[in-house]
Amino acid sequence: MTTRMFGQSITRREDPRLVTGAGAYLDDLAPGVLAAAFVRSPHAHARIRDIDVAGTLDVPGVVAVWTHEDLPGAAAERLPMLLPHPSISSPHTGFALARDHVNHVGEPVAMVVAENRYIAEDACGRIEVDYELLPPVVGLPAAREAARAVHDETPDNVAAHHVQTVGDAAAAIDSAPHVLDLELEIERSACIPMEGKGVIARWNSEDRTMVVHSSTQTSTGLRAALAAKLGLALTDIEVITPDVGGAFGVKINHPWPEEVAVACAARALSTTVKWTEDRREHFISSAHERGQLQRVRVGFDDSGRIRGLDVQFWHDNGAYLPYGVICPLNTSTHVLGPYLVPDYRVEFWSMYTNTVIVTPYRGAGRPQGVYIMERTMDAIAERLGMDRTEVRMNNFVREFPHPLGVIMQDGAEGVLDSGDYVASMDKLRALVGWEDFVEFREQARAEGRRVGIGVACYVESTGAGPYEGGHIEVETSGRVNVFTGLTTQGQAHATVFAQIVADELGVPIDQVHVTTGDTRKMAYSVGTWGSRGAVMSGNAVHLAARKVKEKALAIAGDNLEVDPGDLEIVDGTVRVKGDPSASMPLSAVSVLSNPLRYAFDESAKAATQFARPPAPGAPPVTPGRAPGLEDQDFFSPVRSTFASGMHAAIVETDPDTADIRILRYCVVHDCGPMINPLVVEGQVHGGVAQGVGGALYERMAYDDMGQLLNASFMDFLMPFASEVPHIETDHLETPSPLNPLGIKGAGEAGTIPGTAVIAAAIEDAEGIPIRRMPISPSELWQLRRETADAPAPAAR
Amino acid sequence: MSSEPTSTVRLSVNGVDRTVDVPDRQLLSDALRHTLGLTGTHVGCEHGVCGACTVQLDGRPVRSCLMFAASAEGHEITTVEGLGNGPDDPGPVQQAFIDCHGLQCGFCTPGFVTTIDAYVRENPDPSEEEAREAISGNLCRCTGYQNIVRSVCRAAELVPEREEDA
Amino acid sequence: MKPAPFTLHRPRTLAAALELLAELGPDAKVLAGGQSLVPVLNMRLAAPAHLVDITALPDVDRVESSGAGVTVGALATHRAVEHDAGAHEHQPLLRQALTHVAHPAIRNRGTVVGSLAHADPNGEMPMILALTEGHVRAVSSRGEREIPAAELFVGPLETCLEPDEILVSATFGAAGAGARTGFDELARRSGDYALAGVGMVLATDGDGAAETITGLSAGFVSVTDLPERLVLDEHVAGTPTAEAREVAEAVAAAVREHIDPIDDIHATADYRRHLAGVIARRTFTRLARTNDRPRTQEAHA
Repeated sequence: MTTRMFGQSITRREDPRLVTGAGAYLDDLAPGVLAAAFVRSPHAHARIRDIDVAGTLDVPGVVAVWTHEDLPGAAAERLPMLLPHPSISSPHTGFALARDHVNHVGEPVAMVVAENRYIAEDACGRIEVDYELLPPVVGLPAAREAARAVHDETPDNVAAHHVQTVGDAAAAIDSAPHVLDLELEIERSACIPMEGKGVIARWNSEDRTMVVHSSTQTSTGLRAALAAKLGLALTDIEVITPDVGGAFGVKINHPWPEEVAVACAARALSTTVKWTEDRREHFISSAHERGQLQRVRVGFDDSGRIRGLDVQFWHDNGAYLPYGVICPLNTSTHVLGPYLVPDYRVEFWSMYTNTVIVTPYRGAGRPQGVYIMERTMDAIAERLGMDRTEVRMNNFVREFPHPLGVIMQDGAEGVLDSGDYVASMDKLRALVGWEDFVEFREQARAEGRRVGIGVACYVESTGAGPYEGGHIEVETSGRVNVFTGLTTQGQAHATVFAQIVADELGVPIDQVHVTTGDTRKMAYSVGTWGSRGAVMSGNAVHLAARKVKEKALAIAGDNLEVDPGDLEIVDGTVRVKGDPSASMPLSAVSVLSNPLRYAFDESAKAATQFARPPAPGAPPVTPGRAPGLEDQDFFSPVRSTFASGMHAAIVETDPDTADIRILRYCVVHDCGPMINPLVVEGQVHGGVAQGVGGALYERMAYDDMGQLLNASFMDFLMPFASEVPHIETDHLETPSPLNPLGIKGAGEAGTIPGTAVIAAAIEDAEGIPIRRMPISPSELWQLRRETADAPAPAAR
Repeated sequence: MSSEPTSTVRLSVNGVDRTVDVPDRQLLSDALRHTLGLTGTHVGCEHGVCGACTVQLDGRPVRSCLMFAASAEGHEITTVEGLGNGPDDPGPVQQAFIDCHGLQCGFCTPGFVTTIDAYVRENPDPSEEEAREAISGNLCRCTGYQNIVRSVCRAAELVPEREEDA
Repeated sequence: MKPAPFTLHRPRTLAAALELLAELGPDAKVLAGGQSLVPVLNMRLAAPAHLVDITALPDVDRVESSGAGVTVGALATHRAVEHDAGAHEHQPLLRQALTHVAHPAIRNRGTVVGSLAHADPNGEMPMILALTEGHVRAVSSRGEREIPAAELFVGPLETCLEPDEILVSATFGAAGAGARTGFDELARRSGDYALAGVGMVLATDGDGAAETITGLSAGFVSVTDLPERLVLDEHVAGTPTAEAREVAEAVAAAVREHIDPIDDIHATADYRRHLAGVIARRTFTRLARTNDRPRTQEAHA
């Protein structure tokens, strides 16, 4: 038996291409085609009086200029509200090109198509837009105050309002021995993948079809959306996702305005048009996330056990709501974490502001929920004078499945399907040396240094439906092609899906070739988001491989004249169990699976009618069995599976400069059985780096007029290697009962507790409650000054 | 057609002498990608911070987005394509990234490869701390850098091995 | 983010470059390493009709050091100066500060003289020119002049240079016998512009326990409008180095009093003022207590 590939830390099969410069990202494709550039609103809130494009006409190399009035049919209508939800009272979406209003700096107003991007930008500079300025609504306080409205039809700026209750939180809190109130705040950040968005639309005027390449997280979603916008039959448009330079959520929204406008232009001009988003565009016209104001009231007993929890929060959704309320829903349902909360009430308001739209960013609202609960846990421990890990232990859910009583973002009730939070905490305490920290703190203090430790726990609903599919075909060469519809942005799908298929089909992994995100190959798919790739497509290709294997055994059984149940496939060869001499290679089975009339090569000759006549009276293709050694299957789970984990951080804060340094960062992570531990570790590392960025460096600095002041890598402080700590990891592998492979999602986990754990560690170092994140040295210094009493490090 | 000022530039790219006509304002990054078809050099910010576009200019890493192609006259440029022989025969720094899972989406990787290739030639035995410092001018949003640090140390092993073999 | 059109000139001689600048006037900008200028062009915050690329000029990349100072040619890169042994021997502040200038890939292309012409009060090079009372040599078709640091910088990102002038070299003052230099800064990320930075030159007399401070001057990054030199002798002169700690707070207070930081998205003015004081105190005490040979000691807290 060959080594099982599942669980092996094999190196990635996509890497040789990517490390040698042979990757094919969006802007690498279609060299020399026409380039689009956009005129974007310089104002956060304004009425468009007039757009004068006359100045572009004498710019050599300009091909076309588009404004809203040039958009045909449905393309001129508002962009879709992708995720309707009963809580949404006031759904507003924008246009592909602004019609009469602009609601954030960066909103596209006009598009120039030219010979190249340089010239397109020249022409953009010559388009004059006459704006009547309106006062902007910037920030949640202004949105809540509602002295001004983003959208006239929504005077209170409330896009959505939602309440969920489990039991009677108010009564439980009132009757609890202890009650605490917390006001919390978390600022905006954003995904900021290294490659921005981009789209290439190619119109074939001969057969009136379109092929679109997009740096998207959903080929199938974009295909359907563009078909609707362009009035095309679905069969007349295909969407292919090439190599994608990171996404982290921002590329799941669709169609982006630019995708619609560029597709329209390509059809109208009967040509190919490319738009490659530049960095400034990405900052001011893609999407942000995270900004919330939060209010917590918790009742608990003497051992720190929560009796009741009441949470209210306000979520800044920016100018429009194309992606619905996924983020605040996730916040509201992930507050509960790994804890038993008998009575819970959560209420949120999703608010319009004149800023860039808000769509999921790695974690998608979950980091804010964890921040709420973990700040609360620390406050409880502080109040009771208890060890912070002990308070958490006292609250852990210990029996599974554990229904949460709240409805998740996929419409199903959340149920903690499996986990071992006590074991995770034991591992984390051992990894970070929780007990030894007291001594370390004393040593540091003797040297005039200030250090602190923090811990944060989370659960994450992963692998949401509705479904993904896998289609597998075995070529007559023995090459195995695996198609799944979701897209890839660095998650090693070409490796881990191949591992799964190699195991199930019994073939060497180097025979397995995975294609993702191509609607020509797999038209049924949802997309890559919410830590679902491995769970959804992993299980789908596993099921598909099983079907192909069954088909292979049946065909081989016919030919070897043995019961398929007595056959196995090892190393690409079908053989009789216990009698390796009776065997045939899978390539031969593939030949047999497809009876041929024409012999175009040697292997085809073996499948022709005289070489292999059917049994007398039987048709060449066995009834019920389609030609070709291929099949597909779909995986559709009843509900999401919950991954979990715990992070601990040790920080040092400079007593004078208030500089904050992370000395150690420890992760215990449980995503069930790991398909490829190397890849899981990588996901954790990357997630932690984004968590650290969100806690200490990144924010979206808007001024009162809605101008984003840090729309560059100079001022948006994405961490370099020098800012990210070495990450120490340990793993649990608690299987999920919800899917055949027992796996859980791993993509977002590393990011989710980042803000909470760093806040906890700084609070511990400083003895000052940390209620607002991210935090900079300047802000920490200010906090120290505002704290009336001397900021002696907290004694624990 | 546009009528903007152009220059004829002679330069060496990955050891091959090239002569190209470029608009005066064309960035070296765009000339490499669009005029010479070397799309391995990626563009991540066009203001010199992210490092994705880093190429070697006469052996030293520079940002190709902060240089005009016309200014490269007479210089030797090495891109990520020039530091290996393609997917079937990656160079030592490229192999180090494969070995250490030093990349995820791969978009920033070419800038790291060109930076690290020059670094390990000057610093053949970096400590982990030095390796981290060496890559602290390039942004990566996927990996958290930990496996890129490992890749630097691995590259420092592989580069001399390959040169001995050669 | 692509630059607006321009004509790029790449003269092969200084005379040709000067002729071009004289002819083109204010429509032209000098391009050397371009590490500050090109981002501005890419963002279309400036759109000169002509660039005069001086990187093909011969013989202006030299670094020459002596007791009189360190003279850096127009095309000497940050890296070249950082790695130049003579420059380090005669003015260690250069290497001490250069390691904080962005990242190696920027220093490989960026030039020290270009940083001076850019005149960014957040930059380390202008600070050192001011602190060491250096000067630059500006040449035009009209002639040549030597401009002291104190006259060169007239505002944030503003120099007294005329559009037809090229800075062909800069001379940083030497550290001098018995002087110790140090630089430190705090930036949000490594390589970022500093929240605050302080360079210092400490002069001493005598040896061992008898060593006495004779003078102290400081220059600042990111907390003043202009690169400048602050003389702090009155707070320290005559103090034995062994007792430097006693006067360190006076040094910090004088720094806080002198500087004029502003609020921005990364830090408040109050914080920057406080931070500059802390860095000044730490740098001063570190310089005073060091027993290393003055010219080789590195500056890290």
